[in-house]
Parts: sequence; structure tokens; C-alpha cells
Amino acid sequence: MDISVKEIEHIADLSRITLTVDEKNTFAKQLTNILGYIEKLNELDTDEVQPMAYATFLKNVFREDKLKSSFSRQEILELSPSSANGFFKVPKVIE
Amino acid sequence: MLSHELSANQIKEKIIKREITAQEVIEELFEWINLKEPLIKAYLCLDRDGAFLKAKEVDKKLDNGDKVGLLAGVPVALKDNICTVDIKTTCASKILEDFIPPYDAFVVKRIKEEDAIIIGKTNLDEFAMGSSNENSAFHVTRNPWNTDCIPGGSGGGSAAAVTADTVFMALGSDTGGSVRQPSAFCGNVGCKPTYGRVSRYGLVAFASSLDQIGSVTKDVYDAALLLQVVSGHDGFDSTSATVGVPDYISDINNVDGNLKIGVPKEFFGEGLNSEVGSAVMNALEIYKKNGAELIDLSLPHCGYAVATYYIIATAEASSNLARYDGVRYGHRSQLSEDNIIDMYSRVRAEGFGSEVKRRILLGNYVLSSGFYEDYYLKASKVRNLIRNDFEDAFKKVDCIISPTCPTPAFRIGEKITDPLQMYLSDIYTIPANLVGIPGISVPCGFTNTGLPIGMQILGKHFDERKILKVAKLFENGTDFHLKKPELN
Amino acid sequence: MKYEVVMGLETHAELDTESKLFCGCSTKFGSEPNTQTCPVCLGLPGVLPVMNKKAFEHSLKAALSLSCEISEFTNFDRKSYYYPDLPKNYQTSQNYFNIGNNGYVDIVVKGKEKRIDIHNVHLEEEAGKLVHPETSGANYSLVDFNRAGVPLLEIVTQPDMRSVEEVESYMQTLRNILLYIGVSDCKMQEGSLRFEASISLREEGSNVLGNRVEIKNLNSMKAVLKVIAYEISRQSSLLDKGEDVLMETRLWDDVDSVSRRMRSKEEAHDYRYFPEPDLVPVWIDQEWIDETRTTIPELPVSKRQRFVNEYTISDYDAGILTDDKLLADYFEECVGLSQDSPKELSNWIINDVLRELNERKTNVQDFIVSPKMLVDLVKIKPAIGSSIAKDVFVEMINTGKTAPSIVKEKSLTQMGDVSELNDIVAKVIDENPKAAEDYGKGKKSALTFLIGQTMKVTKGKANPKILTEIFKEKLSAGSK
Ligand SMILES: [Zn+2]
Repeated sequence: MDISVKEIEHIADLSRITLTVDEKNTFAKQLTNILGYIEKLNELDTDEVQPMAYATFLKNVFREDKLKSSFSRQEILELSPSSANGFFKVPKVIE
Repeated sequence: MLSHELSANQIKEKIIKREITAQEVIEELFEWINLKEPLIKAYLCLDRDGAFLKAKEVDKKLDNGDKVGLLAGVPVALKDNICTVDIKTTCASKILEDFIPPYDAFVVKRIKEEDAIIIGKTNLDEFAMGSSNENSAFHVTRNPWNTDCIPGGSGGGSAAAVTADTVFMALGSDTGGSVRQPSAFCGNVGCKPTYGRVSRYGLVAFASSLDQIGSVTKDVYDAALLLQVVSGHDGFDSTSATVGVPDYISDINNVDGNLKIGVPKEFFGEGLNSEVGSAVMNALEIYKKNGAELIDLSLPHCGYAVATYYIIATAEASSNLARYDGVRYGHRSQLSEDNIIDMYSRVRAEGFGSEVKRRILLGNYVLSSGFYEDYYLKASKVRNLIRNDFEDAFKKVDCIISPTCPTPAFRIGEKITDPLQMYLSDIYTIPANLVGIPGISVPCGFTNTGLPIGMQILGKHFDERKILKVAKLFENGTDFHLKKPELN
Repeated sequence: MKYEVVMGLETHAELDTESKLFCGCSTKFGSEPNTQTCPVCLGLPGVLPVMNKKAFEHSLKAALSLSCEISEFTNFDRKSYYYPDLPKNYQTSQNYFNIGNNGYVDIVVKGKEKRIDIHNVHLEEEAGKLVHPETSGANYSLVDFNRAGVPLLEIVTQPDMRSVEEVESYMQTLRNILLYIGVSDCKMQEGSLRFEASISLREEGSNVLGNRVEIKNLNSMKAVLKVIAYEISRQSSLLDKGEDVLMETRLWDDVDSVSRRMRSKEEAHDYRYFPEPDLVPVWIDQEWIDETRTTIPELPVSKRQRFVNEYTISDYDAGILTDDKLLADYFEECVGLSQDSPKELSNWIINDVLRELNERKTNVQDFIVSPKMLVDLVKIKPAIGSSIAKDVFVEMINTGKTAPSIVKEKSLTQMGDVSELNDIVAKVIDENPKAAEDYGKGKKSALTFLIGQTMKVTKGKANPKILTEIFKEKLSAGSK
């Protein structure tokens, strides 16, 4: 299946990545190539096969509802490129 | 012999016996690093001060006659996607260029408790996505055996450093072969334990159901030593196994009973470099001479492993890497910020390299509306078929031996423009990640041009002990692991 | 044209746990911004989630209480969308295998019972909070992640509701159930309980569903009811004009009481769900289900029925008492102490206790008058009469003293001793001959005056009923 530049634009949008025109063209070609290779999975009949989403057989893993001390706000906010008054700061969000 | 040429266990013994102090080891090591690192560029960051501080502490303990840990005074390097307090953890990405984690990864805590000395963070393909190290945002690490060649990836930095003796052992991560493949290319021992054997807490996620922390060492004994330290249950990782950790070290030289080795035909077919093929065949002969039984096998669905992997790994990666948005940490665009969506898109466009972008796009594509069943679900089902292949095989054999990679290290730039060819270089290592079983790569020969060749031993779930023994059996009868590159 | 309105509701209830869903940070409301965060709930590189057992058990309990089928196999999925209050830019939720499916809630509207089907009940993590500075020209928003990662239960109905009353009753019934089983404090003012409504209109009698409008940001039941009224009128006027109702997501603006089209791109709705590989599946066996069932108390609907049968109080009163589990418990504790007057106790609680609770904005748990105190008051009432009993009740609230001690202190016991009253009445008649005469002439108000005079003398302690009898007897005897 060929991936069009338009499809690349749509996925880039979903991925929140701005692409240059060159990137769009290159990625369209490369993804077409890779997805073409992936097509070989269709040789297999998997109707009766259960999906394997986990590489572990573990189940029911929980922790007790116990408080642990949080990190200091200063330490946390120091990681941030932009903060103000104890908050993380972002461009105005319009809902 | 110069101190840096010793194995981790040898240097530890010397330090404990006070034949050399930990500080002297660090001193000599950094002298060697100053000499050789410019040729190899294995590190993204070195922590000389931190190393000396810890060395001092270890020496003090020993001088006082206090108990010391299993890695007392051993210099260790960490792949730069393992979080370290106070030391930058960049994942070789611009987006985390200045990120200093406020916490230590589980494995970092463990090796610190055992008195290891962390000397620095090693280079990798950005976010561990790649097979050559060329996807690092900062520089390309060279293969110490031939500096025109790639060291492998994604953990090329760790492998190159261990081979160049600029560290004694290293920890890496293996999502599709990122510990085993560079170890094969650089001629050292790389072990990927069973999924869940070593906590992933603090390993920056690439593909959560495939990622596993592993060891890069000079020999098999050191691999056992390092795994002994980092294995075990961790309450901060829901996928961390509760299975007890056996003693890997004490009877590593005893392979009990009749050893049955599976030889899967799918791993010796088309695309396999003849020198690599014959080196592995020779190794199998050595096993045979040692009384092992070789059993021909088929793992019929392994031919689909790469396709399956690139759906699952990219799907998980696309979501794992969604958090890099410039809000809470990491790179933020210098351009004006009038709109949150533009900010995200710019931060990520500026912060990620092409391979990461390519995989995020592919991952979002296979998960997007209308494609989930055709791609992600399909791949999850094929993954189960591959697991069944291995389960059937392990009913008949104790371990499976194959080449680690179809070719020896390739030249820098050789495959970088063709992502699919690059992906196919992981064809033999990927199945272990899909299935979750342990695998180890050991050196088993050299090409005519002097590049190392690696042999892969795969084991049953949680049977690291067996593959370490099988690897040791081979190592005991050979000297490939002792060869050193000339670094000028 | 006449339209039928078709509505469904998604309810988000924050679960009542000490710590967050995946880390040990506190869930406490109202702390300084970003003081309850850690690498896990901020989604720092390398962190992993570990599920809070209590949160999962609460969800299971809720699913059972809403009569859901419980999945033997459940797991968690990542729901991807970019929003600055979502640390990982995906929300760990459930999509393919929810904890509970196909449940129902029975509601009563205008005396008629109706069953609202529950599509599913699932567990997910809460997002942080965005603050939009009021200062004019501020071109930024602020993010507080204290709330990020608080366990959140989502309850999704089928589009079964057809009127504002049904929606109101559903919300109240659901809230009541969640409070009864103790999984959420349901404090709407703190955002613990929030709603999203889907509303579509169709021509009456038609089977075809109209285009669905989803409304987010409904932080109170009042807002839900307002938005429904607003949407019904908005959508029907569009349809009347022959225009289409757009399938879209709108936001409710509580200040201006209007719904507005969402401007963010989130309406694209491609959540790219896939199984969360950092968590392992949860298998729920029959034993676990049975064990959880034993922790579910009697739910409001059956309690109400039982109150009617057991205590012979009206269905209406039983409804009020069971509307609040704590109130129902209070009532039953009272009845346990004094079996002979459930009806009277119920009246006291519904009229007096509730009024005081409302005035004092407190709940029955913190109410100073304990069930034992109320029962003692009701027991002593025949001796002091209703009007004094009400005064004593107020005194109990103000002082925390028991009814018997107040009555004793203030010597409030009514004079019911006829011989003692006889003497006083005779004296009052002697002192007020004019009034006695007037009564004899048929002037009824004269009696009121005389009783008033007697009350003055006795400081209100005379039993007015007995007093009236004595006066009538004496005055009619005198006139003979
Ligand atoms: Zn937290």
C-alpha cells in the first residue's frame, strides 16, 4: 500500500510533529517501503490465534494504597523549561 | 598486564586484596580514556569527580575492613537511557539534551549498593532506535576493531567502551538486539535476560513489552556477576518477575547432564554472511566435541519476526515518546509560543532525529483509526505464533544457538539511507525480545578483515543460568574473548 | 414539530483512596499546586505505573453495585491524545476489556420505575488541572498536576434517558449508590463527581437517532440539567428551521449558561487505543467477586422498601431517609434504641434534624444530637409537650446536653397534676371575674385569656389540654 504525502501529514498531525516538505516526501517513500515489507504478515492465517500483548505471564500485580512522600515542588519545577508561581507554564490553551 | 585490560572480576579481586586501590584503578582508567576515547567516542558524558568520590569511599571501607559489595571498586558505564541522579540522561536526543533525572533507575541503585563505580554514560542511537549508533544526536561511536565501521546499535557506546577497555563492564538495554548485536560487532559478551528478570524502572522506555536491561562485559563470568547484582523483583515495575534469582556464579563451569542444542534452520539461511555462518558452525562442532547433542530445528514463524517487531515496537514507541512535549522537562522551542499545538509540534520537530520521527509516524499509523486490527492486532497474533514456535522447540532442547547477526559490523553510512535494510540486520536478535526469552552473544571468531563474529545462545524463560553455563563452556575452550584491538 | 430527546450520561467519579492510582502521592484536595507530584505522576522518562489495589477493588465494588457483568479478564489500555494536563499524553484507561459491562440502575420518576442500562464501568487515571489566568492579555495557561493520576471511575450509560427528570433521578440515584458503597466522596464542588452528556433529538415516533452532541465540562447536576434544557431548545430550533445538528463536542460554559463548540482539535477523536504494556492483566475469579459482594451494603432502593415494610413509614419518608446513607443509619440507630416509635422518630429526623443540618451546613455524622439523645427526647416528650420539646431540641443543639438534664435543670416538666391545677384555676377565676362572666355569656376568647393568665402563673408549665378541661368544667359548673 502506498502512503501518500497527505497521509503522512495526517499522521504527523496525530504525532504532533511538524515536518518539512522534504521530510514528508522521504517519509512517504520510506513508510511505503516498510509497510510493503510488513504486508508479508498477511500470508499467515491468524483468525484462530490469540493476540499476545504482554511478554510476561504475570497477572494481578498491585501495590497497597499507602502514601509515599511526594517530590519537592522546587526540584520538579527546576526540570521545566517554563514555570510560574508553582505551576508549569504553557501557551494559552483554548478549549 | 595494565589494570584496564583486566576483567571486572579480576580487577575487583585485586582491589579487595589491596594489590591496587580503587582510586588507582580510576586514575589509570581515566588516563587510558583520555588516550583512546577521542578515537572511539563511546561516551556522551564522563563523571570523573563522582567516580573518584565513590572510589575513595570503597577504599575507605576496605581499609577499615568493612564489608564491600559484589562489584567493589569496579568501574561501570551506563547506556545513556538509564536514569541517574545528578548525571545527565539524554537518550542521545536533543529533546533530553539537558535532562538530569531526579531519581536513580533500579539497576543504578543496585550497582551502587554493590560498590560499583559509575564512570560515565555511553552513546546510543537516539532513544535506542537503531542498529548502528548513527542515530545519536551527538556523534557516531566507532568500532574499536575498525574505526570506519559502526560499533552496532543501539548500545554501540557501551560495547565499544568495553572493547576499548575504557570501562570494565556496562549496562545497556535490549529491545530488538541492542545489547547482543553491538556486543557481537565489538567482540564482547552481551546478555539480554528474560523479560521481567531485571526491573525496567528508570530505563527510558522505547517499547515497553520488549525492552530489557542487559549486560555488556569482557567475559561470561563478568556477565554472571553483573546479572547477579541487577536481577530480582522490584515493586516499582509491574512486569518485574517474582521468580527467585538463582546463583549464576558459583557453578558456572558445570554444565549438568546431556546438553541438547537446537540449531534452527531459519537462522542459517539466505542473507547470512558465509564467514559468520562458518564461525558459528565451527563453534557448534566444539560443543559437539564436548559431548553436546545438536538437534536440527525449525522455528517456522521467525521469518515474520522483523515485520511483527516493527509494528509492535513502533506502536509502543509512538505512545512512550508522546510525553516529550516541552511542558514538564526537556527541550522547548525558542520560537514564539502562541499556540499549544504548534508548541508541541515544533518542540518535537526540533528535538527528535529522523529515525525517531520515522518510528513515531509508523507507530501512530499502525494504531490509527481503521488500521489497528490490520497491523497492531495482527502483529500481536503473529507474536503469539512465534512464541509457540519457541515453546515447542524448548520441549526438545536446552538452548538454541545461532549467529547473533547475519553480517559482521558494516561501514559507517552503509545502511543509513535504507531503514528497512537496517531493520533487517536485527533479524536474529528480534525473536528473543518478542518472546521474552534470555539470550547471550559471545565472540566466536573473526572475519578475514579482523572483525569479530558473535554467536547467540537463546534459553528458556528465566533460564539465564543455563545459557551462561553454555556460553562459559565455549569460552573455556577458546580465546576469542581475550583478543584486543590495536587502537592507534 | 415535536421531538423526543435521547440522552446518555458519562459519569466520572474520583475514587476515595489515600494515594494515587499508580504512585504513592496523596490524593488530598486543595493543596498548593504541584506539591503532590513525583516522577511517576509527572510522566518523567523511565517511570512505570503500579496499580493501587484499593482503587481496583473500589471499581469492582462499584461495577457489582451497578449490576454489571464482571469480566473474568480485564486489562488496561492507553488512550492517546495531547493535552497539557495529561503528563504522558496518553491516559491509562480501559477500552477493550472493561471491569464491568451491561449493568443497570433502577430509577423512580414520578412514582414510576425505570431501568437505565449501564454500558460499562471502567477504571482510569485522572488528569491534572489547567488554570487560565484572569489577568487581561495573559497569553499563557498554568498547569497543576496534583490531581494527575488520582483514580477515576467512569460509568457510561446507554442512551436510555428521555427527560430531564430521568437524568436528574439517574444522577441522584447513582451518586447515592456510590456514597452508600463508600467508593467516592462525590463532592461536586471539589470535582470528585463530573458528568458528560450526550444529547440528540429525533422526531417523535421515529426510530432513527439524530446526530449526537456531546457536552463536556459538567461539574454539577445543576449544570447537567441546564445544559439539557439549553441543548433541547438549541437543537429543536435548528431542526425546526430544517438545519442539521452537527455531530460535535461542545463545552458547557456555566457562567454564561451556554454550550460552545470546542475549538481544540481533540474532537478528531483518534485515540489509538492499545493494551498498556507497563501493566499486567487482572483476572477476577468468582471468589474475589463473592468476597467483594459481602462488602456491599444494602443499597438505597432496597433499604427504602425495607423501611416502608419494617417501620410502617410512608414511601415518601423512607425515600428521604434513605437518600443519605448516614441519615438512614442514624434513623436505624434511633429505632434500635426505641422500637415503639419509628414513625415519630422519622418525623423528628425529617422535620427537625434535617432542618438543623441544612441550616448548620453539617452532616448527620458530625451532628451534636446523637441517636441516643434524640430517642431520650422523644421518650420525655409526653411529660413536657410538643412545643417545649422543640425548645429542648434547640437547647440540646446549643449546649450538647441531654433532654432529661435540660428538663431537670429548667424544671420544664409540665404540670399535669389535676388537683394542683384545680387550685390554681380556681384562683385565676377568682381574680378575673369579668372574664369568667364573659365566657359564661358565650365569649370563647375569654377562655383563651384565662388560660393565658394561668400559663403566666405556672411559667408555661401547665399542660394546656388539661387546663382547658378544668376551666370548661369549673366555668360551666359556676354558671349553673
Ligand atoms: Zn506521584
